[in-house]
Amino acid sequence: MAETVRRTSGQTVVNDMEALRQRARELLDAGTVQVIIGYANGSNRRVRPFFARRPEDLERLILDDRCVLNLAVYLRKPEVKALGKAAVIATPPLLRSILQLAAENHYQESEAVFLALDSAGNVLELSSAEQIAGVLGSLPGSTGQDACVPSADRMPALSAGSTDRQARFAFWKQEFERCIRCYACRAACPMCYCEQCLVDSNQPQWIPVAAHSIGNLEWHISRAMHLAGRCVNCGACSEACPAGIPLNLVNQFLADRIQQEFGQKAGTSAKLDYALSVFSGSDRETFIK
Amino acid sequence: MSETRSLRKQSIPSLLEKLEQNGQRIIAPQPAGPSGTPWFTDLDRERHIDLEQMTAVSPKSGLFPVVEEILRFRKDGKQVVIEGDKVKVQPTVLFGLRPCDARGLRILESIFQEGEPDVFLRERRAATTVVAFSCTAADPDCFCTSVGGGPGDTEGSDLLLSAIDDDHFLVEIVTPKGKELVELGAGLFEPAKESEQTKVLAAVPVRFPIADVLTKLPALFNLESFWQEQSLACLGCSTCAFVCPICSCFDLEDEADLKCGSRLRCWDSCGQRLFTLHASGHNPRSVQSQRWRQRVMHKFSYLPERGRKARGSAPAEGSTSLLGCVGCGRCSRSCPVDMNLIERLTAIAESDL
Amino acid sequence: MSEFEPKIIAFVCNWCTYAGADLTGTSRMKYAHNVRVIRTPCTGRIDYMLILKAFSAGADGVIVSGCHPGDCHYTSGNYHARRRWMVFRSLLDFLGIDVERVRFAWVSAAEGAKWAEVVNTTVADIRRLGPYTEYQNLIGRGVERSFQV
Repeated sequence: MAETVRRTSGQTVVNDMEALRQRARELLDAGTVQVIIGYANGSNRRVRPFFARRPEDLERLILDDRCVLNLAVYLRKPEVKALGKAAVIATPPLLRSILQLAAENHYQESEAVFLALDSAGNVLELSSAEQIAGVLGSLPGSTGQDACVPSADRMPALSAGSTDRQARFAFWKQEFERCIRCYACRAACPMCYCEQCLVDSNQPQWIPVAAHSIGNLEWHISRAMHLAGRCVNCGACSEACPAGIPLNLVNQFLADRIQQEFGQKAGTSAKLDYALSVFSGSDRETFIK
Repeated sequence: MSETRSLRKQSIPSLLEKLEQNGQRIIAPQPAGPSGTPWFTDLDRERHIDLEQMTAVSPKSGLFPVVEEILRFRKDGKQVVIEGDKVKVQPTVLFGLRPCDARGLRILESIFQEGEPDVFLRERRAATTVVAFSCTAADPDCFCTSVGGGPGDTEGSDLLLSAIDDDHFLVEIVTPKGKELVELGAGLFEPAKESEQTKVLAAVPVRFPIADVLTKLPALFNLESFWQEQSLACLGCSTCAFVCPICSCFDLEDEADLKCGSRLRCWDSCGQRLFTLHASGHNPRSVQSQRWRQRVMHKFSYLPERGRKARGSAPAEGSTSLLGCVGCGRCSRSCPVDMNLIERLTAIAESDL
Repeated sequence: MSEFEPKIIAFVCNWCTYAGADLTGTSRMKYAHNVRVIRTPCTGRIDYMLILKAFSAGADGVIVSGCHPGDCHYTSGNYHARRRWMVFRSLLDFLGIDVERVRFAWVSAAEGAKWAEVVNTTVADIRRLGPYTEYQNLIGRGVERSFQV
């Protein structure tokens, strides 16, 4: 019998891991999947992605509010694919990614199985985008800000209603100056699946490779533009950034703007058109003379 | 022990001021960004130097900048004029390093001086004074003692400051350059008394037998499953290489327009797919496990091997003199998927092939 | 010191604004000489990177202009561009980049006078704002030089 999921001050504490483990065990035993991708306790109080291939591995699976890394990135990794079909322990951000990937034809129906817990503590087994879209809104933690992810409210220069453009410029200038262009943000992002990233193209070299101020600004603007209307705000980019740049805020801002202007939000349906590849005759143009 | 002095903690701001007045650029760990994580940058007006937390990124940029302009070129009629044959860098003090960081700079130096010496790094080192502080605390990611270093190690430092009580540092003058710095700060340094010679040092246990890592690695090279297992979670993000005090791979980039341009040396990493991608489309390290193997082999097999060859000596069993690692633990702390290096090196040491 | 002369880059579409700007000239209308016009096939081709490149090359302002909605030579290039500009403009503003310096306009092949007005207004406004030193100061920042020039 599954226990309930307790939510305390934005932290989701999952007590019914046993139910999840049980379902995962059944999937492994039945040969439906060959690997369970989830989280386990790592070193020094960190969590890490975990690939359970034997039933006895399942004891190590955990799920708590530190589990921010978006496991959807592993569905495209050749070494992980080689393990066989996967079941993924799913958090709402991950499921949003899968919906958006499906909308972009980068997730095929039944490619993987997702195991999620509903608010009553029941294990849901999802594999189609339709199933995911059907339950996503009712999952615990599916609304609101994820606890670990930086929030604009904590940055005075960016907080709602701030009209100080120069303060915003100074803020981002300082943040982007710490960027060392390791591209961990890109590697951790499930939506950054391009075989060749624009920053890796050099004919022409649009964005300077060098981690100087202009190169960094242009990289982060491009990253934001390429994720506009696609980012599901999982926060994995900020979490991965070794320089602690709150990158997700940029994406989140654009996601909000796109929702306001065009009435659509990435990660809510597998049937979304890409906001920037469609248009409406009535798109607002007050800024155009 | 080398020549010593005593320095009051409260004298540090005056010391920094004197150095600045003397035309020294000072680079020190200071809080940055919303999280206030310490970062090696030019000393700012706030002068909040953070010696407690370890910086996310090593201070290697002091000798090997993230982006370094190494020459300029411009068209002058039909000629191409090259500027930059006269290497010049500002005298700099790298302040507030840890002993592992300082040791890392020494290794970086030997890498860049191998074969044709790198004039840029050499000149930067010549213009730089390294002031390190012994560690009074360590965390479970630290493993300096496993790779030949230690919390009070003087290697690579010009001056090493160690806490002896709440108010005083014992100052070890390691090199003539360190001595010069002490002379610049005349009046602040006092002779160290007999009772002031005991450094307060962190306890850093040895985490794995490095000799076993060194001897077992060559045979593990072809064991693909081993590397795949070690790097199954690896995203290929390269954070480990960028935060590392020793990773020294770089990319040369020309930024130019029709009239003139610059040649820039930029940090790069073997963890990225593009690093080995050939123009033909072939990639000799086509999957992440091969890139992870390269990272480990380079640090713990190729570099020690090259060091031995350069010295012309017989392979000294378990020698740690030219490892590509100082055990600072930054890669483990920054890795978004917790690929803990101690764990992986322990697995290598314990492998039975 | 001489008065500040803004450097303005204009990215215009071939079919409407470029022809409109041509008309301004053939109609012998005078307008500010601070603008350098770059002709592109369509506003849909005006990648946001072009705008950034103008700034990183030292522009003080940028004009982006093309066919009115409904007039696109390729049917819908300007509608796509309009969405992209809206998102891009919001992004620039969020990052604190001065959106006053990026002007968007629809100028048809018949609107020679409008083109002159767009340019004149932009130049006057940018002249008032002054050189875009905030952005220009980023150029070369973050590069350590190892030699004496």
